[in-house]
Amino acid sequence: MQNPTKLRPFFENIEFQKNDSKMVLNFGPQHPAAHGQLRLVLEVDGEKITKAMPGIGYMHRGMEKMAENMIYNEFMPVTDRIDYTASSANNYGLCAAVEKMCGINVPRRAQIIRTILLELNRIAAHLLFLATHALDIGAMTVFLYCFREREYVLDVIESYCGARLTHNSIKIGGVFLDFSDGWTDELLEVCEKILTGIKDYEDLLNSNRIWLLRTQDVGVVSKEMALSWGCSGVMLRASGVQWDIRKEEPYLIYDELDFDVPYATKGDCYARFKCYIQEMKESVKILRQCVNLYYESEPKILADDPKFVSASKEQIMTQNYSLMQHFVLVTQGLKPPKGEIYLATEANKGELGYYIYSTGDSRPYRLKIRTPSFWHCGIYEDLLPGHYIADVSAIICSTNIILGEVDR
Amino acid sequence: MRKKLIKDTSTKNYYEDRFYVPLESKKIDVNETIFKDDLASLDDMKIIKSYVEYDQMVVFIEKNDNLKALEKLRDYGYEILTEISGVDFIEKKGGIEVFYQLLSIKHKRRARVKCFVKQGEFLQSVTALYKSADWAERELYDMFGVWIEGHSKLKRILMPDDWYGYPLLKSYPLQGDEHAKWYEVDKIFGREYRDEIGEENRDSAKVDSKDTFNFSRLYHEAEYGAKPPKEPYLQEYQEEGGVPLVKKVKRDKFKILKKRR
Repeated sequence: MQNPTKLRPFFENIEFQKNDSKMVLNFGPQHPAAHGQLRLVLEVDGEKITKAMPGIGYMHRGMEKMAENMIYNEFMPVTDRIDYTASSANNYGLCAAVEKMCGINVPRRAQIIRTILLELNRIAAHLLFLATHALDIGAMTVFLYCFREREYVLDVIESYCGARLTHNSIKIGGVFLDFSDGWTDELLEVCEKILTGIKDYEDLLNSNRIWLLRTQDVGVVSKEMALSWGCSGVMLRASGVQWDIRKEEPYLIYDELDFDVPYATKGDCYARFKCYIQEMKESVKILRQCVNLYYESEPKILADDPKFVSASKEQIMTQNYSLMQHFVLVTQGLKPPKGEIYLATEANKGELGYYIYSTGDSRPYRLKIRTPSFWHCGIYEDLLPGHYIADVSAIICSTNIILGEVDR
Repeated sequence: MRKKLIKDTSTKNYYEDRFYVPLESKKIDVNETIFKDDLASLDDMKIIKSYVEYDQMVVFIEKNDNLKALEKLRDYGYEILTEISGVDFIEKKGGIEVFYQLLSIKHKRRARVKCFVKQGEFLQSVTALYKSADWAERELYDMFGVWIEGHSKLKRILMPDDWYGYPLLKSYPLQGDEHAKWYEVDKIFGREYRDEIGEENRDSAKVDSKDTFNFSRLYHEAEYGAKPPKEPYLQEYQEEGGVPLVKKVKRDKFKILKKRR
């Protein structure tokens, strides 16, 4: 037993030679595949992992605490920072919860714009996933190609809302802006580019011998395991559970759209990779349909609900009562009804839920964010033992965690 | 008279409307909805309150029944435990309201089981039913200080192991308490360096004009604490002849006010 002091600190590997070559290995936080501050303590026997203890770092920004001390609209831009690879999805989650609480009817055009933004975000995040997943396994080319297409997607979002990563483009009651002239043409062009990009990745990876060896039968999440660990999104769908919130509890205009949700039964890294690729294709399908629906819709983009939503800028500048309402909403904030809500949306990584306990005040009494990555991070404890050290980076990356989301 | 100790340190509204009556969310009787059978599966158990709110069933149960209730609901078809957390009611009711958010893929619906844990009481762990509760209960303990009985490894998860206090309680200040202020100094340098380094600045909006380390002067970077340069800044450009109503600003002719008038 060690007796650590300040001068002789604790060394985990000092037991290595005594204890039958059983070594404690720290995978991360400095490992490039460990996504920022994930600290994975592995107990290895030779190359084989016998025990895994995931530790999430201390990036804890206290978002829930901040939410409790902010009015709803103030908290909106903060939600962007939860999952910074797909910020609109987080943004929409809060919006949807508040709107459902208040009973705000969002105009159709705003809903279509939101759907387009969410799907663009999904593609951008999936591309980032694929890029880093491939890079962690060693496929540098795919990484470069994915970021090429991701840039196109971010460019098109930038030309809509002016921001590339933290968009904050959705607001309670609708969206800030309508599309500018010719934006949809840009979007359709990007759709083409994404599809050609996906073809590139598939050509590179689908029958690549190294890729198959590194991903097939690696990190198998069985159906029972996925259910018990509270997995969602692709983690759940790749394990043979047919559950997509966009299909089962449709929000926005997803019930009108024609798209498929990819499923797999194997539950290994390869199955998840295939699901992600297929989901991107489906997202492109959705985007193309949305463009047509967009032109058929009325030009209104903001809900008409003076109790909760400010009027349009035009009205605020011309009508006294709208100005007064706007002033009250900005200084005091909207006051949703007393009650509690848990609303889940299908973000790119899985189920993103917002639980709001409202006391009828302009600040939530309690706001809990259910982020998928937190739950996918816990599964390492069960998933990693039995695998080899080389598989760890493949498995970690295929679960697609974002530590910003884990720590919130 | 002694001042009353305020346990709730969260931000208050500047203006309170005395005549404001908050709206109430719509609560429907469970037996009139599709959740009828779900509630019936919880037979021979004391149900304090149950209703359907925003398309989800909410069931209030006794604290000691949580394991039994969740087991019955899981057997009924709620396969996934999506969330465990709490709401702090220490000041109002002397405890924390813990909720279990459940999802049934079989029936395609969601339910919430709630129970009230008084301060100092233990809550039974549900890790035996759902493995996802492992981390969620640790988070609950970490953020609210709810003690979980039967958890294999109940320790902090988001905060460091030696952190003091439970950050999501209403009594915990927004910018950290006395312990949080010194935590990093103590951790990195040692307690004996407190005087030398000083407490951590927790004002996120603070801008120190002399701090060129964190707030650098653009185009005029200088080392920490350096004096401001004599020559004009690049951005100090003013039009020839000056803007009407604004006199030409002279850099060397300024006066620092000792006191705000």
